[in-house]
Amino acid sequence: MSSEEQLSAIKGAKVLMVGAGGIGCELLKTLALSGFQDIHIIDMDTIEVSNLNRQFLFRQSHVGQSKAKVARDVVLRFRPNISITPYHANVKESRFNVDFYKEFDVVLNGLDNLDARRHVNRLCLAADVPLVESGTTGFLGQVTVHLKGKTECYECQPKPAPKTYPVCTITSTPSKFVHCIVWAKDLLFAKLFGDKNLENDLNVRSSDATNLSEHSEDVFECRKGEDIEQYGRRIYDHVFGHNIEVALSNEETWKNRNRPRPIYSKDVFPDKLTKENGKTEKGSATDDVSAMASLGLKNPQDIWSLAENSRVFYESLRLFFLKRQKEIGNLTFDKDDQLAVEFVTAAANIRASSFGIPLHSLFEAKGIAGNIVHAVATTNAIIAGLIVIEAIKILKKDSNSYRMTYCLEHPSKKLLLMPVEPYEPNKSCYVCSETPLSLEVNTHHSKLRDFVEKIVKAKLGMNFPVIMSGASIIYEIGEDLEEDMVAIYAANLERALSELPSPVISGTVLTIEDLQQEFSCRINIKHREEFDEEREPDGMLLSGWVEAPVDKNNNKSIGNGESTSSVLSMEEIQEGEKDVEIQETSESAENVTGKKRKLSEVSKGTIPDHSGLPDESSRNQNQLEKLDVDDEDDELIISNDWESLTKKKRL
Amino acid sequence: MNGEELTEQETALYDRQIRVWGADAQRRLSKSHILVYGMKGTVAEFCKNIVLAGVGSVTLVDDREVTEEALSANFLILPDENLYHGKTLAEVCCDSLKEFNPMVHVSVEKGDISTFGVEFFGKFDAVVISCCSLAKKKLINQKCRKLSKRVAFYTVDCRGSCGEIFVDLKDYKYSKKKLEETVECQLEFPSFEDTISVPWKALPKRVSKLYFAMRVIEQFEDAEGRNPGETSIADLPGVLKLRKELCETNSVNESQIPDALLERLLMDTSEYPPVCAIIGGILGQEVIKAISGKGDPLKNFFFFDAMDGKGLIEDISEPKPVS
Repeated sequence: MSSEEQLSAIKGAKVLMVGAGGIGCELLKTLALSGFQDIHIIDMDTIEVSNLNRQFLFRQSHVGQSKAKVARDVVLRFRPNISITPYHANVKESRFNVDFYKEFDVVLNGLDNLDARRHVNRLCLAADVPLVESGTTGFLGQVTVHLKGKTECYECQPKPAPKTYPVCTITSTPSKFVHCIVWAKDLLFAKLFGDKNLENDLNVRSSDATNLSEHSEDVFECRKGEDIEQYGRRIYDHVFGHNIEVALSNEETWKNRNRPRPIYSKDVFPDKLTKENGKTEKGSATDDVSAMASLGLKNPQDIWSLAENSRVFYESLRLFFLKRQKEIGNLTFDKDDQLAVEFVTAAANIRASSFGIPLHSLFEAKGIAGNIVHAVATTNAIIAGLIVIEAIKILKKDSNSYRMTYCLEHPSKKLLLMPVEPYEPNKSCYVCSETPLSLEVNTHHSKLRDFVEKIVKAKLGMNFPVIMSGASIIYEIGEDLEEDMVAIYAANLERALSELPSPVISGTVLTIEDLQQEFSCRINIKHREEFDEEREPDGMLLSGWVEAPVDKNNNKSIGNGESTSSVLSMEEIQEGEKDVEIQETSESAENVTGKKRKLSEVSKGTIPDHSGLPDESSRNQNQLEKLDVDDEDDELIISNDWESLTKKKRL
Repeated sequence: MNGEELTEQETALYDRQIRVWGADAQRRLSKSHILVYGMKGTVAEFCKNIVLAGVGSVTLVDDREVTEEALSANFLILPDENLYHGKTLAEVCCDSLKEFNPMVHVSVEKGDISTFGVEFFGKFDAVVISCCSLAKKKLINQKCRKLSKRVAFYTVDCRGSCGEIFVDLKDYKYSKKKLEETVECQLEFPSFEDTISVPWKALPKRVSKLYFAMRVIEQFEDAEGRNPGETSIADLPGVLKLRKELCETNSVNESQIPDALLERLLMDTSEYPPVCAIIGGILGQEVIKAISGKGDPLKNFFFFDAMDGKGLIEDISEPKPVS
């Protein structure tokens, strides 16, 4: 490993790291120790206390400072003579364009969100620079290698989208604690403390239009002369009492479900509340305002009773109005906002109590509401070591030895670290194989706006798209657009597809480009009259690449926000964390080239269901096929490489 | 109450890892004492991991001076002669480790670890040794086993692109999650000496070649009176001769231990930072699991070879009699 050739490949290499967090810190350290001398690192975040358990380059005194800059400073202390260039910036900024990427010999990702990874993936493809991707969650981790034309790109395998829930489940028929959290966070909290102009499903009643006029926005506004306690009780009674009664009145809903019970404040709190809170801190800083502190509830791991939750509900509501009046109307839920977390926990628990769902502690609720990824230092260290090993192979152009490596919590066939050969590019990948996609849509009903928001931005992940029909640009987002073009595009957005100046109808082929990502794809349009409201609520069906299966009941849906988990395709392999064996049929008979990976059929990756209830359907879908292990061979070769159709034997 | 509940500071700092192993495990970690011997790169990684995890204390033993070689894979040593002059490896590492987590007590113990008595080892919950000869490994392991209290024992060694961990938890009871339930388990670990005495013929055919290769090198160093890692390619003939003898004694084919592998282990004796990170990480996880009493422990060898990228567990023990 210490050959001259290797040393000089490392010494002369220019490496880009994206992310200076959990993986980033470990990676920067290992790269520096391994002899790398020119490292660039991009990270837009600042250091937080919760980072310090694993992002070991950072100290308490660094909290609030730029991760990229501090990481650099600390590593230079034990390797003073190398060059580390930090960028405290968002990797999606336009200055990080294809020319920027072309300067590097390899790009190493240590990111925590899908969006940024797709972005970097496209730029690496455009620049033809090798990319090493990675991710960790708890004890699980993986490292994957991506080389244009030689291996799958990061998007060849569909990545599971953040889990979403049908609106009616959230508003009317919750069955899991996470549903209550989403209700408390995205509906109630948003309604009480967020932007009042935003649409909110809180009072949606599927079959009760007549009552809507009574239950207008007024209900949640403080009335004249009403004190906080009265207001608090009124809100409590409305959402936990009245609304439940209204829901109960619809017999159909409850035919096959457990009925919720309405809860009224008088039953939980017959007495006045304010006298209990006499001991509230005066003049405490906004940051320290906490219902738990004020009520003497010390342990965030405790599961509170209904009464305690109700107390927290009132107290947090009261404290928001008392101490943070100015912010009301502008707040969004932030997991690091203690009072917000307390309110959401309490509200979710009361709702859960009503529906017979087990209550959770603040600690647990915070994790669910904040999509917190559990993380430890050791996994990040292991993954960082594996990344460097792959990076060195890439620099040596040792293509036969590239591996994707999976770090498992439970050994599979004695292996805790499982290397797998990378796969050929997916010929249907719309990102790297330029396969055209197809879109079924009602071209007379659907507007361009729907297409842009739901398809171009959401599904295709483009930030600055240019949409063309033939030679005409029907829409674009950019920085230097002329005013009259902007006006035309704005008008176009509101038009139905078939009514655009350049009509988009059945048979039209749209070309969509993102110049920054240097990525373009074609979409064949096919007109369809009818769409199933339940199963295809968007009124559009995009096809042409292997899509991660979506929840069948996914009508108009609400998400819980994207988890910052970096481990996505790991779900395919680690679902249930049992003795899952990574296997594949040795004869991929269906495929002409015999190289397409079967695991894509298995992908039912979902962000782990934090409610603690096993996700039955996803476990069953993980039917992995058996591998023909060659008994003579000491090595576990899973797939063929792109150079031969025969299984490779190794030393 | 003091020492029973996690403090607010601990809860905030350890939030992300408490979500992995729970508050109970975190409490046990905060009361644990770890002894570490042999401050090379891999051990530095390991120490960083357990300090971050929030163990009660870490005691370092290594009286060697700081050298160029020590600097190469050990990020705890800052290359400033003024800082490390006159200090031992343990002392320099101690200073750096303290910074990672002020709540962990990090200290140095001086002296020849071979002379420390059984009671000394009894102060610890886990003992991790590196850079030890065959004799030393056996000796320290025996002392740990003499105690009625369970002292988890680990050896760790990295040479070039290879790494090895050995685990001895004696008689170990622990719990683990199976589906939604918590299950109580028990495992018996053989001592280091007993483990390496298991006749090679009795082992399953597919046991990692690295296991055998490391034993050959280990015995070679022992026979030649070398310090661990003090070998070169010039030793190949001697090593091949020893391999032949050992294979004959054990009635196994010499091809079980390829020349190429032995060559690599003889030549690349210095540590390779990516392997240090990997082995240090695996070891860190194991010690954390053992202290918290949760999760299947690694039994009883772990091997990693960057050449093939596999990290595997080998259970080297007497095959159980069929009942």
